[in-house]
Amino acid sequence: MTAQEIHDILKAQFGDAVLEAKLENVPDPFAKVQADRILDIAAFVRGDERLQFDYLMCLSGVDYKGKLGVTYHLYSMVHRHKFVLKVEVPTDAPNVPSVESVWKTADWHEREAFDLYGLNFTGHPDLRRILLPYDWEGHPLRKDYQTPEYYNGMKVPY
Amino acid sequence: MGLLDQKFESSNVVITTMDDLLNWARLSSLWQMQFGLACCAIEMMAASASNFDMMRFGVIPRATPRQCDVMIVSGTVTLKMASRIKRLYDQMSEPRYVISMGSCSNCGGPYWEHGYHVLKGVDRVIPVDVYVPGCPPRPEALIEGLIKLQEKIRNESLVQKKAV
Repeated sequence: MTAQEIHDILKAQFGDAVLEAKLENVPDPFAKVQADRILDIAAFVRGDERLQFDYLMCLSGVDYKGKLGVTYHLYSMVHRHKFVLKVEVPTDAPNVPSVESVWKTADWHEREAFDLYGLNFTGHPDLRRILLPYDWEGHPLRKDYQTPEYYNGMKVPY
Repeated sequence: MGLLDQKFESSNVVITTMDDLLNWARLSSLWQMQFGLACCAIEMMAASASNFDMMRFGVIPRATPRQCDVMIVSGTVTLKMASRIKRLYDQMSEPRYVISMGSCSNCGGPYWEHGYHVLKGVDRVIPVDVYVPGCPPRPEALIEGLIKLQEKIRNESLVQKKAV
């Protein structure tokens, strides 16, 4: 199925929740959707007969400076097509519904995005740091992150 | 000891100093704390494998700090790992030695500027005897570092140091 067809199905189902899309001249065609609808959309694209996106290839956090984002790379093992969903949330209230209930693999991916970007995945069963130590302060991949002078008595800068 | 084997016609007495005997014993069986942190560990494993065969120097990898004489810090020391390294080092019995292998554990390596999570040199948490440069160092370089450590041990002394 082409990206245009996938987009049309999404648009027909969710209407205004699908904000914008770029489907041509990009390596991975994507659609930007409303953050608070992502769980519904995820459940739909996984369950729909025509789409069957049964594989979440990657879930990444993004810092757009002023806004935070999450990008979902989806693939269908059945139909051999792929698509990308993107959401954006304000940095001061980075709440995104967790899609862990749709794709189990999102569990650790969302923990990673929470760890490094501070995205709050609501409804996640176990949202805690996965890479950094539990007592780490801040979220290092944010653009405004300042490297601390000391961590547990160890000097950090060179 | 192989040098002296079967060389005497009757049982004999060999005279040496305590320093020489102990140093010889120590430097000839440097059991190695076995853990790799990054790509340097691949070279360390290659140094242990048959082509380079570090075991001919008496270096045997051990999986517990309590049986080890030398810790080879091979790879990037993250801040999360640094406290573990300190704890492992504290669990080793004395005399204990540390070889810092590769740029990362020497000084932070390529992470020196933007590595918010990397300790800029393992010598910030534990004392280091020998630094092996390289990114990663070849097995020959690690073995040279080991020989340098053996030279250092050979010149140690039991005699109490006098204030100058």
